[in-house]
Amino acid sequence: MSELRFEEVSVRYGTRRRGHTVVDGVNLTVASGTVVGLVGESGSGKSTLARAAVGLIPLSGGQILLDGRPLPKRTPLQMVFQDPYSSLDPRMTVGASIAEALPRGAFARNAIAAEVTRLLELVDLAADRAGLYPAALSGGQRQRVALARALAGRPAVLIADEITSALDVSIQGTVLNLVRQVQARMRLTMLFISHDLAVVRYVSDTVAVMQGGHIVECGPADDILSNPQHPYTRQLLAAARSGQR
Amino acid sequence: MSRVFRSPVGVSAAALLAAVLLLAVFAPVLWADRAATIDTTQILQGQSAQHWAGTDSLGRDIFFRVLVATRLSVQLAIMATAVGVLIGLLLGAAPLLIGARAGRWVTAAVNIAVAFPGLLLALFFAVIFGVGMRGAVLAIGFAVAPSFARLTHTLVSTVADRDYVHAARIAGVGRLRVLARHVLPNVGEPLVVNATVAAGGALLAFAGLSFLGLGVQAPQYDWGRLLGEGLNGIYVHPLAALAPGIAVVVAGLAFSLFGEAAARAIGLRTVLSREPAATSQPEPAQPMSAADVVLAVERLRISFGPVSPVRDVGFTVGRGESVGIVGESGSGKSLTALAIAQLIEEPGRVSADRIEFLGQDLRSAKEHRRLLGLSLAMVFQDPMTSLNPTHRVGRQLAEVAEQHQGLGRAQALARAVDRLRAVHLTEPERRARQYPHELSGGMRQRAMIGMGLMGSPALIIADEPTTALDVTVQAQVLALLQEIRASDGVALMLISHDISVVRQVCDRVLVMYAGRIVEDLRTADLAAARHPYTRALLAAVPDLDTDRGKPLTVIPGRAADPAQLPPGCAFAPRCPLADSACVASDPPLAVDPGGHRVACWHADREVSR
Ligand SMILES: Nc1ncnc2c1ncn2[C@@H]1O[C@H](COP(=O)(O)OP(=O)(O)OP(=O)(O)O)[C@@H](O)[C@H]1O
Ligand code: SF4
Ligand SMILES: [Mg+2]
Repeated sequence: MSELRFEEVSVRYGTRRRGHTVVDGVNLTVASGTVVGLVGESGSGKSTLARAAVGLIPLSGGQILLDGRPLPKRTPLQMVFQDPYSSLDPRMTVGASIAEALPRGAFARNAIAAEVTRLLELVDLAADRAGLYPAALSGGQRQRVALARALAGRPAVLIADEITSALDVSIQGTVLNLVRQVQARMRLTMLFISHDLAVVRYVSDTVAVMQGGHIVECGPADDILSNPQHPYTRQLLAAARSGQR
Repeated sequence: MSRVFRSPVGVSAAALLAAVLLLAVFAPVLWADRAATIDTTQILQGQSAQHWAGTDSLGRDIFFRVLVATRLSVQLAIMATAVGVLIGLLLGAAPLLIGARAGRWVTAAVNIAVAFPGLLLALFFAVIFGVGMRGAVLAIGFAVAPSFARLTHTLVSTVADRDYVHAARIAGVGRLRVLARHVLPNVGEPLVVNATVAAGGALLAFAGLSFLGLGVQAPQYDWGRLLGEGLNGIYVHPLAALAPGIAVVVAGLAFSLFGEAAARAIGLRTVLSREPAATSQPEPAQPMSAADVVLAVERLRISFGPVSPVRDVGFTVGRGESVGIVGESGSGKSLTALAIAQLIEEPGRVSADRIEFLGQDLRSAKEHRRLLGLSLAMVFQDPMTSLNPTHRVGRQLAEVAEQHQGLGRAQALARAVDRLRAVHLTEPERRARQYPHELSGGMRQRAMIGMGLMGSPALIIADEPTTALDVTVQAQVLALLQEIRASDGVALMLISHDISVVRQVCDRVLVMYAGRIVEDLRTADLAAARHPYTRALLAAVPDLDTDRGKPLTVIPGRAADPAQLPPGCAFAPRCPLADSACVASDPPLAVDPGGHRVACWHADREVSR
């Protein structure tokens, strides 16, 4: 596993003259084998940072390093998206979607099915699901498939962007448990993004708080919760507490 | 596609098209000789029993020549369309293939080309490619291409933004493969339909070129050439020109009508089917102050064959009230909403003791379309599927006002812009002129809400309006719904799987499980929820004090399958409190004095862990 580092990363949308900076000089390190939770309000730039990391959006400044080196063209990062309904191709079977993400040439034609089975079992899905289309799966099952697909690429780092917010509450817990279990077993390096502080705290070793394109506070999860420094973090905590019964 | 055959137009168009295609295949085999037989004794004869459409200047039978010409005419039209579609696909997918920046130039060029009349383009290209069959095929193909490119572009950009395309790109799948595997299959249907319509046009265009002598050259002949030859003697012998003319029109219509019938079948939801006589039970006399009730539902049941995913649902929504429906996937939330809007599709059946909206019985009223169109707004989870990708946003909103309020075109458009402003879309005039895919997910959802506000709704039903949105936009859309509710006294029914969203926005919550309402309580009372399922839902979300060393408590087992419901309480297989009473019979939804309804034999009993 590897270490992911954002150095002075900025992202702008729109043209050079007219446009706005969504991510502004972000420094953040995801240490090898740990989970960094990124929490922040609507529009603070969390997803943009994630998309920039996997190369879906170009950087306008700074750099992203993997083990101290710039990211190669074929990204060794993988991502799980928010909406399990739009993240799987409706016309492709579950097995085909996962197989597509396997590193090209790494598996002989006849070994592919076995690898798909292994990945499905890793996310607690029976092997016979491989032949199904996404429409036949529930949201929680689709999200497991999306996780299996991400793991198929043997990622150096896994990015999870709001992976539970489109799921039933009753399934959220199962998916969170699964993510924690897989992360621990494979010693995954992971950037876990959510707007829900309680969820982030539950999953992460380190918590980073983002506001208006900046990381305003970052530290071990327990410290951030017991001793928040930035006013915005305190505000988030207060909101989370008041939501509790 | 099978829906094409449900409409009479669709059936006739399909039959006509089949006849044309059969003729194209078999006519030359059967009658080529008769059409080629030269008979110098019968030159330029009129209609007769022997020659139904007369003969030409070499004494050949015109009727058979028209039949035999079907093959070449149709073949050339299809080839020209194929050329156009291929070029159109490449141009339309350009942004995906060569990157957004270079793609923008292509798109701009296409937009200019679309503005030229197709036939003019065809003539222009015919001159470039030269006289003859190949030239004409290319000319018409190139003329069809721009409009196809535009359509492809529109369709592709909606799909290209889906996360599965992103996922494939992250996985290192090449651009051509992404296009072939993920994008084209998902836009195939509308493309095929439009290609069919275009083939009809190409047929006419080809006849035109051949008629002008730019297309098919002797000795080969298609309908256009026959038309040209027949025209020389039109005064003496009109049928010689009419016969090929009729063939062109009929075949062109066959393609176009079939294409459009198919488009309609794909694009439209077939609406509405209610259980007939069975529902006409006497209405329970419930003298509620009608003025305060926007919606009253009693004993709503929705069935698909033997399975009833919604059973015995009843509730009321007061004026300006906001009611949330929560429950797992498949619990019947969306179906309930669709039933209220009279949108349950075949083979679904709806029955109810009462579905009353603004005092009108929706079960019987045939006039409810207008009432619903004006006073009920629906917002769905995925605004991309509820907005038509091929129409401008403003036009789509305006259509509502034209249909239901009888406004003129300009007035309706002005109101659309005004409504887009009301939902806080920036630059509403410009947005109105854009296509859905040019808006972000949040903007589209605002546009949908704006569409609901074209009338003056008394109730907005929002089914997971924020689930497909980035969380960054969710809060804004929820705030907008809140604002509309507060300012206009509009009632809101918010369907969500996310209990915390409902908690923020709603006054009351209906909790659904396996097609029934199992609890109905004020949001403020959620902490004192009485049903084991509601309490389990609340416990399944981590809070700031959850032990990080342990897995989260989850509701064991799977959601109930409406096809296999147990005789007793549907939650029993997953309920920690279940006992023999629960397994034996289904608990009724009982009301306590505070109006808090709950369906459980053991409500309030502590769960021993
Ligand atoms: N057209 C249909 N034919 C047969 N069964 C259907 C149809 N539409 C819905 N159902 C079934 O009805 C049940 C309730 O569906 P519904 O869409 O109302 O659930 P929901 O509560 O809205 O779930 P979600 O949270 O996933 O949107 C499901 O079991 C579903 O399979
Ligand atoms: S009736 Fe019985 S099984 Fe059903 S929810 Fe209540 S305690 Fe559980
Ligand atoms: Mg639903």
